[in-house]
Amino acid sequence: YVYRTSHICPVLQAEGLRQALEEMRTLYDRNQADVSEAKSGRTDLIFLIRFRHCCLLRNQRCILAYLYDRLLRIRALRWEYGSVLPNTIQFHMSAEEVEWFSRYKKSLATYMRSVGGEEGLDLTQDIKPPKSLYIEVRCLRDYGEFEIDDGTTILLKKNSQHFLPRWKCEQLIRQGVLEHILS
Amino acid sequence: GWRAEGRLQSPAQVHSLSLRLLYLYFHGKDNFWFFSFMQGSKLEVPLWLAKGLHDSKRRIISVELPKIYKEAWRTVFSADANVVDLHKMGPYYYGFGSQLLNFDNPENPEIAQTILQTFISRFRRIMDSSQNAYNEDTSALVARLDELERALFRAGQKGLNDFQCWEKGQASQITASSLVQNYGKRKFTDVDC
Repeated sequence: YVYRTSHICPVLQAEGLRQALEEMRTLYDRNQADVSEAKSGRTDLIFLIRFRHCCLLRNQRCILAYLYDRLLRIRALRWEYGSVLPNTIQFHMSAEEVEWFSRYKKSLATYMRSVGGEEGLDLTQDIKPPKSLYIEVRCLRDYGEFEIDDGTTILLKKNSQHFLPRWKCEQLIRQGVLEHILS
Repeated sequence: GWRAEGRLQSPAQVHSLSLRLLYLYFHGKDNFWFFSFMQGSKLEVPLWLAKGLHDSKRRIISVELPKIYKEAWRTVFSADANVVDLHKMGPYYYGFGSQLLNFDNPENPEIAQTILQTFISRFRRIMDSSQNAYNEDTSALVARLDELERALFRAGQKGLNDFQCWEKGQASQITASSLVQNYGKRKFTDVDC
């Protein structure tokens, strides 16, 4: 599930949300009061009640659309970037969103473990069909030591090039540490 | 948000969010409109409000069609829909037009028919141009398209670009997340969620 447009998650507009919710509360309270009046004879209030109700629904739709859009972007981050989000992005998310991401991750991990036999299946790997087991990569920034399966470690220094197993590199490429070079 | 309490904003202040404004005629029976609008007043309000106030049984408001959906323009569309600048006329010609059908206008069947036929006549050109413009400036091609058509154009372009990428053997290349591309060379400290 890759979200079709930008994956960036901007800062949560907490103040805007708060204002919208406050407005809803005001509308609701006034409608509550007027409904009892309308029931006891003041039918001229019906339009006003209806009008406030339209505004309430409108605010609700906007808030939900906003929150849902953010959720889709956050979900896409798990697939497109990885299971560990950089601080900068986390600062843009509300506590509830961080919590949601954590639970989504766990859900996904549980599911992936349950398919593909004993070891499970990492569905976030090989999103693009691989052509070879090993790939050529260039290091874009200093990263440090990197251990590969047979126990050897390599040093990932900026501009160094390596021939490595695809499955070990995929995440680092997505995170911008390495660059996949096509021969 | 809509400043509901207090006075109705004058039409100039109404927050329209790029939705077309409608003209409304207020009909009342024995009530007085809390904004103190008299029966027969004309007002511009956003579509969502008009939809909410519309009631087939109790005639609170009646809605006047924006001119592009009226008969005169419908004739233009049926003559040749390809020449119309739907971005200027819209930019949500199809979406907004579909929503207009909510107001029980007697011309609804004709409106619906025109919207559909317009799409059918224009679609072919959009599909062809989006599939043939590779790596070029497409601003001239999309200038006169409404937003729905632009989304279709983008979808066509994406298909074309993906195919070209595949032809060049780049389909298997792993790319960096757009997150990374946008943040550039900033250093991250990763924190587990």
